[in-house]
Amino acid sequence: MKTLLSGNEAVARGAWEAGCHVAAAYPGTPSTEIIENIVKYPEIYTEWAINEKVALEVVAGACFAGARALAAMKHVGLNVAADPFFTMGYSGVTGGLVIVSADDPGMWSSQNEQDNRHYARHAKVPILEPSDSNEAKLFTKLGFEISEKFDTPVLLRLTTRICHSTCLVDLQKRKEQKIKGYVKDIKKRLMLPAHARLRHIIVEERLKKLEKFSEVFPYNKIEWGKKTLGIITSGIAYQYAKEVFPDASFLKLSLTYPIPKNLIKRFARKVKRIIIVEEGDPVLETEIKALGIKVIGKEKIPLCGELTQNVIRTSFSRKAKAKTKKDKIPARLPVLCPGCPHRGVFYIINKLKLVTSGDIGCYTLGALPPLSAMDTCVCMGASVTNAHGMEKALGKDFSKKVVAVLGDSTFFHSGITGLANAVYNKGNLNLLILDNFTTAMTGHQPHPGTGKLARGEQGKRIPPEDVVKGCGVEFIRIVDPNYLKKTETAIKQTLEFDGVAVLIFRRPCALLVKPKPSYRIDPELCNGCKLCLRIGCPAISLEFPEDRKKPLAVIDHALCTGCGLCTQVCNRNAIIAPEQANT
Amino acid sequence: MKTYATNIVICGVGGQGIILASNVLCYAAFLEGLDVKKSEVHGMAQRGGSVITHVRFGEKIYSPLIEQGKGDVILSFEKLEALRYIHYLKKNGITIVNDRKIPPMSVLTGTVSYPAKIETKLKKYGKTFFIDAAKIALNLGNIRVVNIILLGVLSNFLNFKQKSWEQAIRQNVKTKFVDLNITAFNRGKNITTT
Repeated sequence: MKTLLSGNEAVARGAWEAGCHVAAAYPGTPSTEIIENIVKYPEIYTEWAINEKVALEVVAGACFAGARALAAMKHVGLNVAADPFFTMGYSGVTGGLVIVSADDPGMWSSQNEQDNRHYARHAKVPILEPSDSNEAKLFTKLGFEISEKFDTPVLLRLTTRICHSTCLVDLQKRKEQKIKGYVKDIKKRLMLPAHARLRHIIVEERLKKLEKFSEVFPYNKIEWGKKTLGIITSGIAYQYAKEVFPDASFLKLSLTYPIPKNLIKRFARKVKRIIIVEEGDPVLETEIKALGIKVIGKEKIPLCGELTQNVIRTSFSRKAKAKTKKDKIPARLPVLCPGCPHRGVFYIINKLKLVTSGDIGCYTLGALPPLSAMDTCVCMGASVTNAHGMEKALGKDFSKKVVAVLGDSTFFHSGITGLANAVYNKGNLNLLILDNFTTAMTGHQPHPGTGKLARGEQGKRIPPEDVVKGCGVEFIRIVDPNYLKKTETAIKQTLEFDGVAVLIFRRPCALLVKPKPSYRIDPELCNGCKLCLRIGCPAISLEFPEDRKKPLAVIDHALCTGCGLCTQVCNRNAIIAPEQANT
Repeated sequence: MKTYATNIVICGVGGQGIILASNVLCYAAFLEGLDVKKSEVHGMAQRGGSVITHVRFGEKIYSPLIEQGKGDVILSFEKLEALRYIHYLKKNGITIVNDRKIPPMSVLTGTVSYPAKIETKLKKYGKTFFIDAAKIALNLGNIRVVNIILLGVLSNFLNFKQKSWEQAIRQNVKTKFVDLNITAFNRGKNITTT
């Protein structure tokens, strides 16, 4: 049977068909829908873990117990999970272990463009690169088999255009796997130096076996075309290259570490000229050049950004380059939604001209004009620690102008350690936790602060304030950010407090609550002063009616959620509540 | 229009129901027995930002992305977004535009102005249809069906069976909204596009 699946849905289906027993992840674009789809299969125990390191360690435990297990994360998530990832490369597996890394070339929703194919080489584990959803499912299944056959974790590397592209996929039934059970084996699983030294030797031997396997792996394959041009490629780049060079011979690599050296040499001998089409870093190129083969690669094809047919074509044709001239069009950057509870906090931060140590989530959008209320954004949890470091460099007086801002889900992900560190090291941290009861940016996944579990059932709720208190914080306030005066007072009090102070701004994400009736503008009272535009609400715009001398603010009733934040910034009471409007 | 190797760009502003529209189109093409690929972006790109979805169907499709200048139809849910992605349109292709203006934040804050004469600019590229889908949607009592109305307009340029469209809608919308969406689809389909 065939159906349409996205790459992420296909990985979920592949895990199910492969008899996977345990799966865990922390949400992160473009990987999120893998777990969101695995929850549909009751045979697989599934959890939203607190972060990627936790997710990987949980599934590693399941694998020690002899179960097939899968962890999924976005590319930067693997940085968080790198510690267990590397050592699991030494320990190897009992049940099959597949780790999915979803890279984001083009940075559609990420803070960097790292190429996680390097991780496979670094940790000396095999990597599979599917080129569409069909292969995403197939390679998930093969991943478990390779994992068990060679006693190694397997990295399944997706990219945005695999994760979020849809194509026809063949469905098969689930093949039940027996959970092997736990058998003590400390030389394999207890990585103290004496054991790890032995395991390292095994890892190197394993790589040699995998190299031989890569030569015969059926999805490292040659598709003969004209012999004047040979393309070596992998992943989504294969699909683009097939359209740009339809007549060329192709060596499509799927198990890309370790590379099949002999197969590549054989291919190279038969074709006149070789182009390596790979997205991101010259990973294949470096290894193939090391074989002494002359190739064209990154001197033509860009290192930065994602590939497309156009990008490849323009890399090789000046004519195509000239054609891509475009009209100048105003950018449409993402914005905080109408009614977003973060808006009031950033409005006040901007008003008070504070330095804001930012973090990763919807609230990173507070950095954009007109709110322009964020100074830094490095990685999950760095808001807390960056602010602490600034204070240690510039002193206590400076810290009176600095706030760290992060969301509730990010706080649980990696804010807690930074907070404990600040309390312990006598910090003067001002931490604002924007608690909207969800992981909003990735599409509303639950976390410990919500108490809901992956399948929607009730788990144990951990209120963020209890954690904050447990870390030894003495100043804790909980405020509704929809009230600007209260928000301003609370932030000022926080800044004045000597020591670590935490403000929890609590109000649910606007997308999770039913909108209230729209506000409207009284044209008699509005003098077009633009104060209401300063909150950056997409529902408010300015019009220039011909019969008026001054511009007029207008509220889009289809967008307004009735939060009423704008009424608090208007000096002329020109924004009218729905009940007033009705009379 | 040819019924193979067809490229449809669907674009607009995050939150307008673009992904649902592309899912219905994709599924309808699948029911027609074609090879189908679709590509979209999630996460940060969706929060009121500019959104583009590529849908391709035909005998055999490799890339999920449409090449610039190879789009058969651009279906835009917003006027400015039609202009942003018009370079995807092939020579004398078709553009279907929801007659709606959503100013981006840069326009709201007065940094730049919303481009004038979008209609004239678009018409230079090929046949252009402006549809007041919001009016039809409000008439039907639900602003959210704008996407399916526009899909109905698009259906006039594809040789898909009505049955495929209806089944694709059933597959992709909640049961209680199926009838409303099929009505919306038909209203769009009945708009003259000659």
